[in-house]
Amino acid sequence: MGKGVAITGMGIISAIGINTEENFQALIHKKNGISKIELLDTAHKNEIMVGEIKLTNAQLEAPLDLPSNNNYTRTAMLGSIAAKQAISNANIFNISKYRTGLVSSTSVGGMDMTEKYFYDYLSESDSQKYITSHPAGDSTQKIAEQLGISQSLVTTISTACSSAANAIMLGARLIKAGKLDRVIVGGTDSLSKFTINGFKTLMILSDTHSAPFDENRNGLNLGEGAAYLVLESDEIVEKEHKKVLAYVKGYGNANDAFHQTASSENGDGATLAMEKALKVAGMLPSQIDYVNVHGTATGNNDLSEGRALIRVFGNTIPGFSSTKAFTGHTLAAAGAVEAVFSVLALQHNIIFPNLNFETPMKEFHLLPQTETKNKELNAVLSNSFGFGGNCSTLIFTKQP
Amino acid sequence: MFNINFYEAAVRSKVYINGAACISAQKASGNSSFFEEIQSTADNVFWAVEPDYTKLIPAASARRMAKGVKMSVAASKMAIDNAETSILDAIIIGTGLGCKIDSDKFVSAIIDSSEEFLTPTPFIQSTHNTVAGQIALGMKCTGYNNTYVHGSVSFESALLDAKLQLENNEAASILVGGVDELTEHTLKIHEKIKHIKFERIDSSQLLRSKSEGTIFGEGASFFITSNQKNINCYAELAAIEIINTLSVENLPNNLEAFLKANDLHVDEIDLAVLGNNGDAKFDVYFHTLADGMLNKINRIYYKHLCGEFFTASAFGFWLASKILKLQIIPEVAKMGEIAPSEIKNILLYNQYRGENHSFVLLKKC
Repeated sequence: MGKGVAITGMGIISAIGINTEENFQALIHKKNGISKIELLDTAHKNEIMVGEIKLTNAQLEAPLDLPSNNNYTRTAMLGSIAAKQAISNANIFNISKYRTGLVSSTSVGGMDMTEKYFYDYLSESDSQKYITSHPAGDSTQKIAEQLGISQSLVTTISTACSSAANAIMLGARLIKAGKLDRVIVGGTDSLSKFTINGFKTLMILSDTHSAPFDENRNGLNLGEGAAYLVLESDEIVEKEHKKVLAYVKGYGNANDAFHQTASSENGDGATLAMEKALKVAGMLPSQIDYVNVHGTATGNNDLSEGRALIRVFGNTIPGFSSTKAFTGHTLAAAGAVEAVFSVLALQHNIIFPNLNFETPMKEFHLLPQTETKNKELNAVLSNSFGFGGNCSTLIFTKQP
Repeated sequence: MFNINFYEAAVRSKVYINGAACISAQKASGNSSFFEEIQSTADNVFWAVEPDYTKLIPAASARRMAKGVKMSVAASKMAIDNAETSILDAIIIGTGLGCKIDSDKFVSAIIDSSEEFLTPTPFIQSTHNTVAGQIALGMKCTGYNNTYVHGSVSFESALLDAKLQLENNEAASILVGGVDELTEHTLKIHEKIKHIKFERIDSSQLLRSKSEGTIFGEGASFFITSNQKNINCYAELAAIEIINTLSVENLPNNLEAFLKANDLHVDEIDLAVLGNNGDAKFDVYFHTLADGMLNKINRIYYKHLCGEFFTASAFGFWLASKILKLQIIPEVAKMGEIAPSEIKNILLYNQYRGENHSFVLLKKC
């Protein structure tokens, strides 16, 4: 057997809860976190529905015990909160006991502050502390500081909506290669006018609750959130008698090489990513029990991903659902948010429901799981796709 | 089971640099030398000199691309030509600030128009992975594709990812690039917080500056990395270490540990490539090594040629690779006298504002 990559802790903050238990309860009870925008100041407040975490920056800041002159962006705060939960969930008290790294991800980094102070930076000195919070790596440096990770390998990935899946993948590879013993992996993104307006110009934002894989889907709900997992080597698990939540068994990354924003009609990149992940895991498609699909509820994604599912799984497609109608699309964080959901699914032997589905798409007869379903699960496959043709797939299993 | 475990391979493959291309403020010359006439600046900013794109990028595509994307697509083609290869298994990019031109364009449009009448193009092209995506699209490369965005180790993170894949035979040939582009807004705001020097200096006098801050720059350096050495091989990429935080006091220990892990004694380093940027506040890291551990080692620097930016170290990496291949050290980069001798091992060290340190070890191939 090769080296296993164990998941020994996880943390999450999303529109459906500020910790793992709250997220789980919301998922099984079909309580979505989609609402009108209340906190972010945008002209489109009343036009769209989003997955907004109903905590102000001051409320997020409080438990982090930051100095008053801190320059944490909302992205950094969400990330810090989720990553700290993950460490605590993994019962890590001395982080420097093992070679520990951090691989985080974000799509727009500190854009939430940049868009507020873009012009003020030129004149007002109060806002200038946020200038250095803009680069994507800044939130990661702050999370590392919050976790006490110093003199270590710390880096950030940004591949749009597949970012966190790639962070998890790199973490797994670093452990397999023996470069590190433990890696905290995940992603964070806060809502911003930048992304809201960006997706709005692409005309893929829904004005109501998104309906993944439904014939009448009319676009996505943007969301915000952060999620992190603790990956540990076999050696640590053995030495510390760690409780293992699940394993990262397979991973695949491919590029659709079709269009800067749209997915290919037949889901070439998605198919490749899933095939690669199965190959790395040494598994057959028939061994996958549940697929947490990317399922953004845009016309393009669900058609392309659906076709890719058929290409990979043939006529026996496992139970699948998109959980984005709960949380909204949390962009760079989505891969980690859904990794946490995949692990929860394995732990509880539950397939989470795909909300708002009514009518099958006319192109194929794919029916997502619409009710919470109890089923013995051994392997869960999770997809994350993004702009730039980036397609990534992860496979989580109960056994190493 | 048909479990393919790359990590069980008994022998790890070596990793080579088989092709290289660099677009910066200095116009790179042919294969047998480094630069055409050396450019300096007195404005505290080095803008990259763009090549003639007509032979490298179809005109219709080039029109839509911002400078960083254009430089990257061009540099990737040049690196591929240089390596005389056409097979790429993966594309991995490092960029500290990503596509800043389109990003600034979209943010300012949001503010200026109160979120109305916006067009999608700048948003689409603003994402950090635009470069890797556009290269993949242009070459129809469906392989592994990733983008690292972590300050001054963005490029080194990309290198590390490539090295992991190549030594474990997950891929045989990988395009690795470092790119950043400047905007007027970036310059203005960094002057405000003194990350760019307040006083104007001549770039050739960068190391004599006693003030805080540095001079900014931009550029794209791209490489073909492979686990098979080809006839054009520049160097062997022996090791990379990335360190998020490091005190000046702990720097020598960490360098020592890095060398030890690679079975190398400090005396065996033939050349050190240092990332000095003339910032009186933070060059102390480089001084500590230059006055201490690396005191007797030949040293060069490069940010007086390309300016400081998050992926400036990719310029240093290009320079070091080329030095190994040509066995010539360009006069303009030398820190003090260097006696000619064979160059087998090159150490690169970089950090920015005391954070995100990297050690890279290159060997003659």
